[in-house]
Amino acid sequence: MSVIELTIIILIGSYFAGLLGSLTGLGGGFIIIPLLTLLLHVDIHYAIGASLISVIATSSGSAAAYVKEGITNMRLGMFLEIATTAGAMTGAMLAIYTSTHYIAILFGLILISSALMSLRKKSGHITTHKSYLAEKLKLNSSYPTADGAVEYGVSNVAGGFFMMLFAGVISGLLGIGSGALKVLAMDSIMRLPFKVSTTTSNFMIGVTAAASAVVYLQRGYIDPGLSMPVVIGVLLGAMSGSKILVNSTSSKWIRVVFSVVVGVLAIQMIYNGIMGKI
Amino acid sequence: MNKLKDTDIQSAIGWVLRIGVFLSIGIVLFGGTVYLYRHGNEIADYHTFKGVPDFVRTGADILHGILTFRGRAVIQGGIILLIATPIIRVLFSAVGFILEKDYLYTGITILVLLIIFISMLSGHAG
Repeated sequence: MSVIELTIIILIGSYFAGLLGSLTGLGGGFIIIPLLTLLLHVDIHYAIGASLISVIATSSGSAAAYVKEGITNMRLGMFLEIATTAGAMTGAMLAIYTSTHYIAILFGLILISSALMSLRKKSGHITTHKSYLAEKLKLNSSYPTADGAVEYGVSNVAGGFFMMLFAGVISGLLGIGSGALKVLAMDSIMRLPFKVSTTTSNFMIGVTAAASAVVYLQRGYIDPGLSMPVVIGVLLGAMSGSKILVNSTSSKWIRVVFSVVVGVLAIQMIYNGIMGKI
Repeated sequence: MNKLKDTDIQSAIGWVLRIGVFLSIGIVLFGGTVYLYRHGNEIADYHTFKGVPDFVRTGADILHGILTFRGRAVIQGGIILLIATPIIRVLFSAVGFILEKDYLYTGITILVLLIIFISMLSGHAG
């Protein structure tokens, strides 16, 4: 395949990856890596590098909008970034010594569990319980809603911190944002309002990905010819996705379709990993 | 906690992220056009991992490549700016916390920067 053909195919594929990723909140990396490895037979190391770059672009782009609305809890994000960046650094180092078969299998498993998590019903809980650690770290805050500011507390700071460490390792190892794991940590463990956990997770994804990208960059995983169409395509797709999201009422339907697609891709990744084709 | 300053820092951070993303994507797009114009008809081979070409490997090589107007070096320059964007955001947060005299969070922010720095060194070592 010539460079121009490959670039156009990746550009189109990445656009849809970015679109679906933003509609479902899973992120573009989940589609990009199977697209590049299964369909276009690109080595998984290059795929991880390119995906990581697209993760930084979409996370930073949308974080800019959320930060302005004042929903993001920046202190919480900053504190948890200690865990995610340390994890991402570890993950990027592990990636160098981990066989590509295992990376493919782990990718498939994380993909399935993230898709299941995204289908989970969102609870509208708000805790006002103020734990000692959250008080000391000034994590309790408020966020604006249509009915005025809502105060919320943060529970189980240590548990959330450890979950973030794991999310960081996965992000660094697989080149994805691992937004689903971050939301799980903040939503289920730290009991934050859903809107705060999604925007704060998104805010953290860029820094987490940057911490492992600096390793990948020097190891030669980030190829400019390949990353170029991926990052442009995913970013454009994510931008269209955020516009659709505002107008669409059929998001439940999109989620179900997406989960089926993701399930098939995940099984393919695991199968190819076990057979040693990746 | 001073809410007014918090909002100022938030809007500054929003701007850092926006400018970083748009600028780097612009550079990537420009470099990509040059690269496709020159190498579009060559055969792409990403099937086996060989690392990146030598002229986009180290900072000095990339700078040299940009100055001699090589498409992929320009793309890589844009990508490095993109990676730097969230890191610059963390730097801005540090300044914000210093201005607020929030020393706990100044420390936390510096710790995050330190981890990224160590990560950078560890990548170099291998």
